[in-house]
Amino acid sequence: MASVDLVYFAWVRERIGRGEETLELPDSVVTAGDLLKHLKTLGEEYETALEHENVIRVAFNQEHVDHREPIAGVREIALFPPMTGG
Amino acid sequence: MADSPVRVRVQRDDFDLAAEVAAISAGRRDIGAVVTFSGLCRDEGGTLGALELEHYPGMAQAELTRICQEAIARFSLQAATAIHRYGKIAPGENIVLVITASSHRQAAFDGANFIMDFLKTAAPFWKKEHGADGSAGGWVSAKDADDSARDRWTKS
Repeated sequence: MASVDLVYFAWVRERIGRGEETLELPDSVVTAGDLLKHLKTLGEEYETALEHENVIRVAFNQEHVDHREPIAGVREIALFPPMTGG
Repeated sequence: MADSPVRVRVQRDDFDLAAEVAAISAGRRDIGAVVTFSGLCRDEGGTLGALELEHYPGMAQAELTRICQEAIARFSLQAATAIHRYGKIAPGENIVLVITASSHRQAAFDGANFIMDFLKTAAPFWKKEHGADGSAGGWVSAKDADDSARDRWTKS
């Protein structure tokens, strides 16, 4: 089990119902993609927020990463929708 | 060089376009071109009351810095500035400012374009609309056209 800080933004934050939390991740969660699948087992709010996994963007320690990126050693993981600034 | 050629700020307050243009070339004699882009909140035909800009503190600054540094390296810019606001922004107000400086104009134009294309698709900001009638609007959807605009920089 590894402990990791999760932060959520925009509609991902609204649908999950909180902006941040710390979770213990089971050893089976290796990549960002595994994390999304794991979160979806934790409740309806996660299922709704992460329904379309392919549109969810992931950042490790404040840098964009691919869903295949391994989580090992990461302190902060952010999940958010495609960006719409500018 | 005393100053970093990259200036990035993420702030709630408005910015002063003229002051930022003056700052990018202050004390320098090697800059021949300065291009500025500012993005404003439009009222969408009178239906939009305000935009609410959410951002990822820390990463927003870091990502804008990475994008500006890449633009400087790619287009041999002498300096780049990116300022992005967050919070509630009314129609007519500024949202974003990008300034590039180079020896010759083409690099400054291209650099500003490049920074905006990556800013829109990679800087962690999200817009939520509020209706002019006070209704709570929804989150703005990302546009495929923005991805296409970004991708043209990676095709050779």
